Amino acid sequence: MSAPRGPLLLKDIDTPGLAGLETYRRIGGYATVTATLGRQTPGQCIEIVKASGLRGRGGAGFPTGLKWSFVPKGTERPKYVVCNADESEPGTFKDRELIEKNPHSLIEGMILAGWAIQSNAGYVYLRGEFGWLQEVLDQAIAEAYAAGLLGRDVAGTGFRFDLHTHLGAGAYICGEETALLSSLEGYRGQPRLKPPFPAVEGLYRCPTIVNNVETLVNVPHILGQGAAWYRQWGTEKSAGTKVFSVSGPVKRPGNHELPLGVPLRVLLEEHCGGMRHGLKLKAVIPGGSSVPPLTADLLDTPLDFESMNAAGTFLGSGGVIVIDEQTCMVDSLWNLMRFYTHESCGKCTPCREGTYWMTGILERLEHGQGRASDLDLLADLADNILGRSFCPLGDAAAMPVQGFLKHFRAEFEHHVAHRGCLANRRRDSRTGGPA
Amino acid sequence: MSGAPAPRAAPAGPVAWSAALQPKVDEALAHYPNRRSAILPLLWVAQREWGWLPPEVLRLVARTVELPDAEVFGVATFYTMFNLKPVGKYHLQVCMTLSCSLMGADRIFQHLSRKLGIGHGETTPDGRFTLRRVECLAACGGGPCLQVNEEKFHENLDEAAVNRLLETLK
Repeated sequence: MSAPRGPLLLKDIDTPGLAGLETYRRIGGYATVTATLGRQTPGQCIEIVKASGLRGRGGAGFPTGLKWSFVPKGTERPKYVVCNADESEPGTFKDRELIEKNPHSLIEGMILAGWAIQSNAGYVYLRGEFGWLQEVLDQAIAEAYAAGLLGRDVAGTGFRFDLHTHLGAGAYICGEETALLSSLEGYRGQPRLKPPFPAVEGLYRCPTIVNNVETLVNVPHILGQGAAWYRQWGTEKSAGTKVFSVSGPVKRPGNHELPLGVPLRVLLEEHCGGMRHGLKLKAVIPGGSSVPPLTADLLDTPLDFESMNAAGTFLGSGGVIVIDEQTCMVDSLWNLMRFYTHESCGKCTPCREGTYWMTGILERLEHGQGRASDLDLLADLADNILGRSFCPLGDAAAMPVQGFLKHFRAEFEHHVAHRGCLANRRRDSRTGGPA
Repeated sequence: MSGAPAPRAAPAGPVAWSAALQPKVDEALAHYPNRRSAILPLLWVAQREWGWLPPEVLRLVARTVELPDAEVFGVATFYTMFNLKPVGKYHLQVCMTLSCSLMGADRIFQHLSRKLGIGHGETTPDGRFTLRRVECLAACGGGPCLQVNEEKFHENLDEAAVNRLLETLK
C-alpha cells in the first residue's frame, strides 16, 4: 500500500470497502460508540471535546465543545444534531471525499454528538448537487440501522438515535447554519436573525447543534483516544489536523491532511508538488473564496487559525486556491463576485445590491472601461457591506475585494490606465457565469 | 445511474402520485415531525419522475404537504436545481467558478456550446441536451468539471474527454 495520505482523517480513507460497515468495524469503527454510550456521561463527553481544542472545520473555527455546552440541559423539548454537508464554499471539496469513502465515521460522530447533547434525532444536510452522494450515505445509514447502531436502542445501550439525510437543491446560502435550518424545514433558504443561536432555538425552534462534516468525523477519534492524544497534532489554540482542499495549477491538487500549524509552503511544495508547467505562483486564497488572498512572499505562514489571522486572512474551510502569475487578478475577482451575486439570497440590501454593483464595476474594469474613481468606489462598497449584511454572505463577498485591492491594486490601476488587461492570459473567462 | 427521464409535457389537469411513487412520498413525510419539511424531498421525487416541475406538479406537492400552492411555488423558485421549464434528457452543468476557471472551464463550455450548437440555458432541438453554466460544484481539485443530471461529477476535463463523454450520452 502507498503511504497514508494524512495522520488521522485521511489515514485509512483509501482502504478498499471502507464505505461498508464490515470494513469500517474491522479498523475499529463504532468501538467508540460502544465504549462511550452509557459509560461516559454526556457532560464528560462535552468536557473531553472542549479539552481537545477541536474547532469547527466549516470555516468559522468556533470551539466545538463550547458550542455543545450551550445546549440547555434537562429540557423536555426535542434536541437535534444537524450535520452541515452543504459544502459550497468555492475551493472546498473535502467533505465530499470524507462522506463518499467513509460514511460510517460521520454516522458514528453524529451518534456521539447526539449522546453528548442528549439528542435523539439527527439530519445530514447535503447540497443538491450531492444527490449521488446521498445514495452512498443512505446506504450506510440503512446498514447501521440493520446492525442496531441507529434507531431505538443504539448498540444495546437503550439510547435512541434516528438519522436521516436531506438534500438541498442548489443554494450556497444554505451553508450558513440558520439558512440551512430554514431549508431543512421546507422554507426558502434564507438566514434567520441571531440570537437566538441554534443551540438554544434551532431546528423547529428546538435546541440544535449544527456541525460540519469534518468536525464530526474527528469526534469518534477524540472520544475514543482522549483529548491529550488528539493534541499530539496542531498548536495550542489550533489543535488537531485539517484537511486542506487544494485547487489551481499545482502538480498534485486534491485533499491533503496535515497537522495544523504546518507552513503553507510545505503544503504547496511538498504535498502538492509545486506549480505545474513551470508556472510561478502569484497568490493563494487559503481558506475558501471568501477570505483575502496571500501573496507569494507570505508562503511561510503557518496554516492555523491564529497565524492566518495575523497575516490578514483566515484559515476558513481550508479550501486553498492557487493562482499563477499569468492569471489576471481583476478577472479572478470578477469571477468570484459573479458567484456572490448569483448566490445572494436577496434578503438584505447591502448584500443583494452591493454584490450586484461590485460585479458591474469589476466587469467594466476587466473590459478596459473602468474609471480611475472605480477603485475607491469598489473599496467603499466593500467597506459598507462588511459587518452590515444580515448574514456572513455579505462579509464573504466584501473580504476578497478588500484583500485583492490591498495586495494587487497596481493590476486594477493598470486596467484603468491602459484600458485593458495586464496579465498574459492563458484563458478567456469573458463568457461570464450563470445568468 | 442512467440519464433522467425525457421531460414530459406539462399535464393539462391535476396529477397524482403513482402507486410506484407513493412509498417514496410516504418515506419523505415520515422523516420529519411536520409535513412542510418534506417539500424539498417531494420536489426531488417529482422532478425525478417528470423531468421538470410543471405547475400542476407543484400543486400536487402543495396538496401533499397540506399548504397553499404559493408556499411551494415560493420554495421551488428559490433553488436553482429545480427545473421550472423542461430540460433535455442530459442536463450538462459546467462549473465556471474560480478554481475551474483557472484550469480552463471556459474552454470546456465553449467547446460544448460549439459542438452542440446551443448556448447557456438552451436545449438541442432533439431534446437530448441542455447546457448550463453553474457555480462551484465542490470538485475544485478536479477542475474543469461538469455534472450530468444528478450523477457523480466528471472531472479533469479537456476537449477529448468531453467528446468521449458525449459519445456515452445517447
